Amino acid sequence: MNMELSRRSFLKVAGAGVAGTTLGSMGFGDAEAAVAAHVRPFKLATTTETRNTCTYCSVACGILIYSKGDVRKGETAVITHIEGDADHPTNRGTLCPKGAALKDFVHAPTRLKYPMIRKAGTDKFERASWDQALDRIARLMKDDRDANFIAKNEKGVPVNRWTTVGFLAASATSNETAYATYKVVRSAGIVAFDNQARV
Amino acid sequence: MTNAWTDIKNSDLVVVMGGNAAEAHPCGFKWVTEAKAHRGAKLIVVDPRYTRTASVADYYAPIRQGTDIAFLNGVIKYCIDNDKVQWEYTKNFTNAAYIVKDGFGYKDGLFTGYDETKRDYDRSSWDYVIGDDGFAVVDMTLQHPRCVWNLLKEHVSIYTPEMVERICGTPKDKFLKVAEMMAECSSPTKNMTSMYALGWTQHSSGSQNIRTMAMLQLILGNIGVRGGGMNALRGHSNIQGLTDIGLLSHLLPGYLNIPTEKEVDFPTYMSTRGFKPLRPGQTSYWQNYKKFFVSFQKAMWGAAATPENNFAYDYLPKLDVPAYDVLRIFEMMDEGKVNGYFCQGFNPVLAFPNRGKITRSLSKLKWLVTMDPLETETSHFWENHGDYNDVDTASIQTEVIQLPTTCFAEEEGSLTNSGRWIQWHWPAGSPPGEAQHDNWIMGQIFLRMRELYRKEGGAFPDPILNLSWDYANPQEPTAEELAKEINGRAITQLTDPTDPTKVQVEAGKLLVNFSQLRDDGSTSSGCWIYSGCWNEHGNNMARRDNHDPDDTGAYLNWTFAWPLNRRTLYNRASADMNGKPWDPARKIIEWDGSKWSGYDVPDIAPTAKPQDVGPFIMNQEGVSRLFARGLMRDGPFPAHYEPFETPIPNVLNPKIRGNPVARVFQNDVKQFGTADEFPYAATSYRLTEHFHYWTKHNPVNAALQPEFFVEISEELAKEKGIELGGWVRVWSKRGSIKAKAVVTKRIRPLMCDGKAVHVVGIPLHWGFMGAAKKGFGPNSLTPFVGDANIETPEYKAFLVNIEPTTAPVGV
Ligand code: SF4
Repeated sequence: MNMELSRRSFLKVAGAGVAGTTLGSMGFGDAEAAVAAHVRPFKLATTTETRNTCTYCSVACGILIYSKGDVRKGETAVITHIEGDADHPTNRGTLCPKGAALKDFVHAPTRLKYPMIRKAGTDKFERASWDQALDRIARLMKDDRDANFIAKNEKGVPVNRWTTVGFLAASATSNETAYATYKVVRSAGIVAFDNQARV
Repeated sequence: MTNAWTDIKNSDLVVVMGGNAAEAHPCGFKWVTEAKAHRGAKLIVVDPRYTRTASVADYYAPIRQGTDIAFLNGVIKYCIDNDKVQWEYTKNFTNAAYIVKDGFGYKDGLFTGYDETKRDYDRSSWDYVIGDDGFAVVDMTLQHPRCVWNLLKEHVSIYTPEMVERICGTPKDKFLKVAEMMAECSSPTKNMTSMYALGWTQHSSGSQNIRTMAMLQLILGNIGVRGGGMNALRGHSNIQGLTDIGLLSHLLPGYLNIPTEKEVDFPTYMSTRGFKPLRPGQTSYWQNYKKFFVSFQKAMWGAAATPENNFAYDYLPKLDVPAYDVLRIFEMMDEGKVNGYFCQGFNPVLAFPNRGKITRSLSKLKWLVTMDPLETETSHFWENHGDYNDVDTASIQTEVIQLPTTCFAEEEGSLTNSGRWIQWHWPAGSPPGEAQHDNWIMGQIFLRMRELYRKEGGAFPDPILNLSWDYANPQEPTAEELAKEINGRAITQLTDPTDPTKVQVEAGKLLVNFSQLRDDGSTSSGCWIYSGCWNEHGNNMARRDNHDPDDTGAYLNWTFAWPLNRRTLYNRASADMNGKPWDPARKIIEWDGSKWSGYDVPDIAPTAKPQDVGPFIMNQEGVSRLFARGLMRDGPFPAHYEPFETPIPNVLNPKIRGNPVARVFQNDVKQFGTADEFPYAATSYRLTEHFHYWTKHNPVNAALQPEFFVEISEELAKEKGIELGGWVRVWSKRGSIKAKAVVTKRIRPLMCDGKAVHVVGIPLHWGFMGAAKKGFGPNSLTPFVGDANIETPEYKAFLVNIEPTTAPVGV
C-alpha cells in the first residue's frame, strides 16, 4: 500500500460527479455513498491536507492537518482540523490527549505575534519592529563579542572562545533549523551552547 | 533507541524502569500492548510510583528513586549465580574475555585512582593489558582471574537480594521475581527490551543507570535483536535530532568533539582519534573520523577551509573546561560573568533546577533574547505574579527581547524520533501576526552581525565573514537547502580510489551516503551520520511507503533512519558466530556464505565474515564493553551511589555523598539538604494530559489537568494531618511551593535500611503563563547538581519537607 494517493485526492475523485458509482464499486451501500459524496467532500475536500508530525513527544505520531487555504501556494491558510495519520506505521491514526488537542495549541491565546522589548527596570513589554529588534540584537552581540572574545589563551594557543554570551537551543525545531543555528552560533565562537538533551 | 517503536511488538519481556511510557509516550506504548496481546509478552514496571504503566503490568515492583544501579547490579549477580547468561553472545560479542591491568581495583565504594580534592579519578589503570602484538590480551575460556568477566562477578557480588532490599526498599521476594523473569531472557529465543526515559537520566549517576541495564542486556544477548535493545524513549519531538546535530557545548555534529585547548593544533587533535583496532581485523569505524571532521569543516567554511590552514581548525572555539553546560553557564551568570543569553524554544525558569538561582542569574544579565511561539515564564521572568513569581521588577536591569516564532504546523523540515527515523513535515498554516521561522531569524541575526563585522572589523571576524552562506535567498535558507548541505556533496569530482578512471560522483552532486566522504577536502557534509537523508534519489526523509515485508516492524521504505537507513543498531549481533539468527523466527539479517542480507541494512560491512569481524563496529574492540575502560568518569563498572540528597546514608560507604566525581559548585553545596531537616524523598514526573510547559497554553489540555498538585501516600498524609484536596507547603533547602494534596494508594512508604522512606511526587506542568491555573513546579525545589558524565541535573531524587497550609496569594 503506497499512500501517495492522499485521502483528499481520493475524495476529490469520489466527489467529482461519479461519486455514487465509484464508492458503490468500492463496496459502499448506496445510502452511505450518497451521504459520503456530499458530506465528506464538504468537510475535507475544500481544505488543504498537509502531512506533519506531532510536535510534542518523540514517538513522533503522524498527523494530517487540514486548512482553509494553501500556504504552500502562497495563500493565507487557517488550520481548521488536525487528526492522526492512519497510514503512519507508528501511531496508525491514533493520538494521545496531547496530540488530539494540537489544533488548539496552534491557536493558543498566548501565541506570540510581534517582537517585543522590555527595557531594563520597566514593568512591561513594548512592541518593536523586526528591524528594531534584530538590529539591536546584532549590535548587542557584536559589542559584547568584541569586548570579551578570547582569541588566544595565556599560552598563545588560538582558542576563539566567547564565554560571555550563551545560546540555549530548542528541542522541537527541525534538524535543518538546528543546523542553521549551529552554523551561526559556532562561527561566532559561542561555547555555552546547549539544548534540552542535557536536562 | 537502538530499535524502533514498531519493533517493540517483537518483544517477549518489556521492562519499563526509569520511565512511564503509558502516560508519557502513549502512542508508542501501544506497541507494548501489541506485544502483550499478540506475542504473549510480559510487562514489568519498576518505579517508586504505581504509574498507569504499572497498572497494566504483569509485575510491578516498587523501588526508591536513585537506587536503580543497586537493583540492576543485583539482577546481573542473579544471572551470573544462576547461569542465566547467553554464553556464546557474552564470550564473543562483549569484552568479558579481555584482561584488565593489574593496577585496577574497587574498594570501599571507590575505584582505583580517586583524588578527593579534584573529585576525579586518575583512570590510567582502568584499561586492558596490551600484548606485544599491540592488541588487547584476551582469555576466551574466561578463566583468567583478571578477565573482565571475573572482575564483574566480584564487583556485583555485594548486591545480594538482601542488599537490594536494604538499599532500594524493594521487598526481596519482588526483586527475585523480577530478576527471575529478566533472567529467562538469556535464552537465545527470548528477547527483553528496556524502555527508559528521564527517570534514569536525571540523576547524578544517570549515565551509569543506563549503562547497568545495557550490561544486563548484553549478558542476556538482547542487544541488536528484534524485540530487544536499549530504548531511550527521549523527550521532545526533536531532542534526538538536536543531539545528533550536536547542539551541545562539547560536540560537533554527528558526535564529533569540539576541540579542547590542549589540542593546540589539528595534528594534536587527530593524534588521539586514530581509533586503531584493539583486536585483529576489527572494523573500528571511527577510523574514518578525519573524513567526517574535514567534511564538516568544508560545510561550515567552504573554500576558506583548506589543507594549508588545516581546514580552518583554528576557526573552531576550543574548550578550557569539559563543557559550558547549562548548569555551568547559570553558575557563571550568577557570578556576573555572563552578559547576554538566548533561549530558543526553551523555558529555563521552569525547566532548570533551583528556580531561585535561575531567576537571580537571569536578573544579572544585561540582555536576554527569547525565540518562542509562546509567552514563556522565562521571557516574563521579571514580571511579578504574587507568590507565583515574587520578583522586584524595578530592580531587574535585564533588557528582554522577545521574538515570536512559528510552530511545527507552520514550517517545513525534518524531525528525528526516538527510533532515529528522520521524518519530513510540511507547513499547513500561516503564522500568527508577524511570527517568523527560526531559519529566517537565525539568518537575520547572522547577516546583520556579518554586516557589522564587514563595516567595522572587530574581534577575529574570519569565522563569521567566511561562514558559507550561499543560499538562494540568504535572508532565509530553506529546509531543502539545509538538508542537502547536511547530506553532503562532492566539491570536486570523486573517482574510485582504486581505479581513478572510474568516476564515483560528479562535482557538485549530492553524496549517496557517508561512505563517499573524503578527508582531503573534496567532500562536504554538515552531519555525517545523516548523510543519505537527501541524495540524488531525492528527499528520503519524505518517503511514505509503509510496506513491511513479513511484518518485522522495520518499515525500511518509510522515511529515512540514521545511519544509512538502518532500523536496528548492532543488528549483526542478532545472528550467531556462523551468521545464523539466534532465533530464526526473528531474523533480521543472515550470512549466506558470501554476504549479509535480510530485513534491515546490515550493521557491518556486507561481506565481513561472521567469524572475523565483531558486531560492535564503532568500538575499537569490535565487541561491546561490560568494562568501560576509562570512558566513564565515575567508573568502568557501575557502582551504587546515593543521590546528593538522600533519606538514608550510602550503606556501602556512609562517607560518600552523592556520586564522588559529580561536579558541584561550592555555592550549591551549601544548599544541599539533609534527611534530619528534610525527611521525605521527592521526585518529579509528567502527566499524560500535558507536555512540559507547552500544553498549559492550550485551553483543552488546561481543562483536562487544570491545577498543580503533589502526590503523597495515605500513610504520610495521616502522619502529617494532610487531607485530600487540602493545601500543603512543600519545601527544600532551596525553595518553597504550595500545592493541593493528592493522597493516593499509588505511592507507598518504602522500608530502606530499616527506615520508612516516604516519597513525594511532584508533577511539572505549571507556571504563571498560559491557560491553566497558576501553579508551581518541582524545580523551585530541585538541586543544582548534574550527572557525573553529562551534567543532566538530578531532578528525580531530592529531599523535601511537607506540612498543611493555606492557599497561595496571587491566583
Ligand atoms: S500524539 Fe501523543 S504520543 Fe503521539 S507524538 Fe504526540 S504526544 Fe507523543
